[in-house]
Formats: sequence, C-alpha cells, structure tokens
Amino acid sequence: MNLGYLAYKNMVSKPLNLLLSLLLLSLSVSLVTFVLQLNKQLSGQLNKNIAPFDMVVGAKGSPLQLVLSSVLHIDAPTGNIKLKDVAMLQNHPFVEKTIPVSYGDNYKGYRLLGTELEYLEKYNAKLQEGRLFQKSFEVVVGNGAATRLNLALGDTFTSSHGLVDGGEGHDHHPYEVVGILQPTGSVVDQLLISNLESVWEAHSHDDSEHNESSNEHHDHDSHENEEEHGNHNEHDHEHENHEHSHEGHEAHEHHEHEEHDHNHEEHDHKEHEGHDHDHEEDENLEITSLLVKFKSPLGMVQLPRFINENTSVQAALPGFEIQRLMGLLGSGATTINGIALAILLVSGLSIFISLLKTIRERRQELALLRTYGFQTKQLLGLALLEGLFLALIGFVSGWVLGRLGIWILSGYMSATYGYTFQVNGPEMIELSLMVVILILAIFAALMASISIFKLNVAKTLSNE
Amino acid sequence: MVKTSSLTYAYGDGQEMVFPDIDLSPGQHLLIIGPSGIGKTTLLYLMAGLLPPLKGNVAIDGKELDSLSRREMDKFRGEQIGLIFQQYHFIKSLNVQDNLLLRQSVLKDPIDKQRRLQLTKRLGLSEYLDKKVTELSQGQQQRLSIALGLIHRPKIILADEPTSNLDDMNCVKVINLLKEEAEICKSSLVIITHDLRVMSHFQNRVEL
Repeated sequence: MNLGYLAYKNMVSKPLNLLLSLLLLSLSVSLVTFVLQLNKQLSGQLNKNIAPFDMVVGAKGSPLQLVLSSVLHIDAPTGNIKLKDVAMLQNHPFVEKTIPVSYGDNYKGYRLLGTELEYLEKYNAKLQEGRLFQKSFEVVVGNGAATRLNLALGDTFTSSHGLVDGGEGHDHHPYEVVGILQPTGSVVDQLLISNLESVWEAHSHDDSEHNESSNEHHDHDSHENEEEHGNHNEHDHEHENHEHSHEGHEAHEHHEHEEHDHNHEEHDHKEHEGHDHDHEEDENLEITSLLVKFKSPLGMVQLPRFINENTSVQAALPGFEIQRLMGLLGSGATTINGIALAILLVSGLSIFISLLKTIRERRQELALLRTYGFQTKQLLGLALLEGLFLALIGFVSGWVLGRLGIWILSGYMSATYGYTFQVNGPEMIELSLMVVILILAIFAALMASISIFKLNVAKTLSNE
Repeated sequence: MVKTSSLTYAYGDGQEMVFPDIDLSPGQHLLIIGPSGIGKTTLLYLMAGLLPPLKGNVAIDGKELDSLSRREMDKFRGEQIGLIFQQYHFIKSLNVQDNLLLRQSVLKDPIDKQRRLQLTKRLGLSEYLDKKVTELSQGQQQRLSIALGLIHRPKIILADEPTSNLDDMNCVKVINLLKEEAEICKSSLVIITHDLRVMSHFQNRVEL
C-alpha cells in the first residue's frame, strides 16, 4: 500500500469529476497535437514535393494555383502554354533542367501525368516492378495509386477527361501499366505517369473522333498546329532524318489532314523550312506547364520577373507560394492553437477545482491520515500524485485522440487529394507540451492543497 | 506510561479549560467520564498530541510531546498511539483490507500480515476484507474502527465513546475486546465514556 495506489483509488472513486477534467484536458491536447502534426506533415510533404523544382512556368493566372496544380497536383491547371513560349528556358544559362508536364485526364480520380522520365528521377522514384514507359500509352503507376486502384503490371485502363472521377471517357486509347513505382512519400505516389505524347494523343483522338485526327488543341487556339498537320506527309522523311527532334513530334505522324485544307495556303512557306519546321511543330505543341530547376541562384532572381513581365506565360516559385500558403494556414493554426490553449487553461482550472473539491471533501480522511502518522508533505504528495495522474492520463488520451484525428484525416485526404499523413510517434514539442501540462497540474494541485497545510486535525475529526 | 501535568487548553473564545493530572503505569486503564461539552474529547486530543496545550504537558512513555517537532509528533503518534474515534473515520475509496494496510504502511516495521489477519479474525471482520467500508453495518464499522486503532500495537489506546452506537450485547463484546487487546499488547486503555455499561468494567476513572 503506497500513496500512489491511494491517489489512484481516490481518483477513480469520483468517475464523473475525473471524466470532466480528463475530457477538457484531452480535448485541448488533442487539438494542439493535431494541429501541430498537421502543420508539420503538410509543410513537410509540400516542401518535399516542391523540392525538385525552383520554378514553374504555366498559363497566366494565380501563381498559387499554378503551383498547386502543376507541382502538387491538387488543383485545376491555369490553362495550357505552348512549348515554343518557353523554349528560351531550355538552354538558358541559369537553367539546369526543364521538364514539361501535361495533364488533364484521370483514372478513377488519380491523375494521369504526361511528362519525361526525368520527372521520376527528380523525385527519386524507383521502379518496384516492371519497367519505365517507352512509348505512348504505357504508364508507370505511383505506389499509392497502384494500391488503391488495384493496378498490376499488364493491366489496361482507359482514362476519363478531367481531373476528378466521372468525366467523359476516352474510349479508344487504353493505357497499359508497364511499371509500378516504389513508395516515395511524394506526390509521385498518387500519379499515373506516361509520356507527353500519350496525353496529346488521347486528347487529339478525343477531340476529333469524327475524323480520327488532329491534336487536341486545334479546336481551341492552335492554328499553327493544324497547318502543320496539313503538310505532314511532305515532312515524313524529315522526321526520320532528324532523330533529335522532340518525341512529341511522333504524335502527329499518323494524323490525317483532310480537315486542314484551309491551311494549305501556308504550305509552301512551311515546306521550305526543313527541320526548323520540326522545332516549330514541337514548339507549337501545348503543355500544361514547364517545371524548371535553376543552375544558378541568379535564375531565381531574374527569370521569374523576366518571364512575368515580358512573355504571355507566367512563372511561379513553388517555394515562395507554399510559404505564402503555409502562412495562410499558419494563421488558422494559430487560431486553433489559441482556442486549444484556452481550453488547456480551463482544463487546468478544472483540475484545480476538482482537486480543491476532493481535498475539501476528504478533509476528514486527510486528518485521519495525519493521526496515522502521515506527514503534511505526504498528504501534499497525495494531492500532487492525483493531479499528475490526471494530467498524464489526460495528455496521453489527448495525444492518442490527436493522432486518431490525423489518421482519419489521412484517409479523407488520400481519397480526396491523394495526400497521406503518417501517424508518428511523440514529437519533441509534444513532450514539451506534456511537461507544461504536468507543471500546470502540479501548480493546480499545490494551489488546491493550501488547506492541507492549515489542516486542524482535531477539529476536522470532531466535526461531522 | 501516560502522564499529564497541569494541562490547560483554551478554545478560540478564550475560555480556559483545566484538566486534572493523569498518571498511568503501563497496562493501567482509565475511564474519563463527565457530562457532554466538558472537554473530554479535547483531553483525548491533547493526549494524542493533536492539539497543543496552552499550559502543562503530556508525556507518553517518558517522552514529552511538546519536545517533539511536528514531524516527529506525526511519526510518534503513528507508532505509539491508537485512536478510536467516536465518529468512524475511514478512507472511503479503499476497501476494508486496504484501510488496514494503509494504517500499517506508515509504520517503520515491515507490514505484519499475520497481525492483520489475526486481528480481523478476532473482530469478526475476516469475511468483509474486500468490502467497501461504506457497505459495512454500523457494528462492523465500529469493529473496523477498533481494528484500525489497535493494528499497530500502540502503547496507548485512546478511545472516544467506543460503545455509543452499540446494543448491550455488542457493547460487552467490544469492551472485552479492548481489554484483551490491551492485555496482549501491554497497552494502556484510556476510554472516554458516559456509558454506564462501560463504567462497571473499569475501576480507575477521572471525572471532568
């Protein structure tokens, strides 16, 4: 029989008091830990996802949207841009690498991304099984997407238009799964990745099923493309001779051209341009955005401004935009933390009141303990132990509740945005929070215990 | 064993109360009798060191209580004095066994399980060890209260109206129990009472 046991027995002998104190404490702890975790994991995940790229160039619009859509894949794109508009970046001295991405389709809510193999390298994504895509309509599947979509090597599927499930289907271009990636903990896990041509072809087909032809963009704004389709046959030999030309080019080799007759007046002009024309054709292709890695920090300073001021496309810096976003979220987090802090204080007060009540109610028992030979400081220890028990149980249950929240949110987020959160062990800051709460509990217990020092044993025992 | 000299106590209202001197040899018993409100319980608390006297002092087993620090007093009381209260006081969140264990745990000696079992058997509490104290009958509570006052083999047993709530049969039983236990432990019994049934059992008495 020790005081710890007695403190425990005392505590559980008033379950309703206990429940109220615990509930308050638990609630505040779960709020704080939940928000801390969310903030940390979200920013960790976002930063990991944006890390491979310094700049993203896309259609004019909200820079945040551009970053969200093209780098993080959680928003709709701002529009398309022409390859030729960003061609200057490819050989720019400040630029280390550019990777075009094109998307607009999904399979059961998971995005199909047309890009180059280097995209995978940037995210350090390695094959778990199978191989990388080599030609159009071959896809490698991110680990998370493969698991949830239950995709295996050799499976085929057709994509739907749009970025959310339920769009119009592309019936004639089934994709084949040729590779499945290892988990990377980045956005790649949730993507279905093919080459750019797949996306172009899928849309060209989709947009002109009636004539089995054309690039997806000719309906919109890309008349140059249509012109080129018109003189395609004349250029076939050139395509073969110019292996260096962009792969995107192949997308157009089999297009039929009857509907482009109206472009013929420009044929002569084109024919004479030889392989220059190939580039032009490539450059007239559209991508959703271009992801850029700088070679020199000067790029960060000069290029975005230059692009935004002098071209029809916009450049956004993911790091900056995400910082801005986290700043916005941060003020939300601060608010929630403030509320949690208020609840924490109330819970401290509740522990104090509950202990005060307990000590008042048990005055006679405390006096009895004194006649047994327990010293004042031991009685104080009893109150402290009770307070500490409360604080500890409250903290642990609150912590578990917070993690449960993360776990539940993770399920929701992965279904909606393809983002998952880990249920991590205790963090340093959470342990600090525990220490703060324990100190608060000790303080509350001491405040409530003042009457123990003044306990008049004889009088207390005599009174009913 | 117990010696008081010119004990005086003053209540908050300034009214002073002077107690007759008491001198008990080991194993000698004493009844304190007198009308209600005369200060019998106060005398008991003075003897237990739970109240500081205004004047005079109490010596138990040769030790003057006012020479002890508060901490030493707590310890001394816990080891040497057995208190049986008029109103029963237990730790309500603990069962019968744990109440006794808690009382034993304060002692410097290792917890004497044998003593606990014997005492509870003699007091007829063996079957109730796992019961909550609030579930005990009046008589059982009285006996538990006595067990708590005796379990540590105190040198002096201070009992305040131990029979007030008991019928004749139980009253005799409790008196015999107290006497037997005092005999076994060579303790002095000091009993406050105005119960005529008790008075006939003890010769030595002081009237307030």
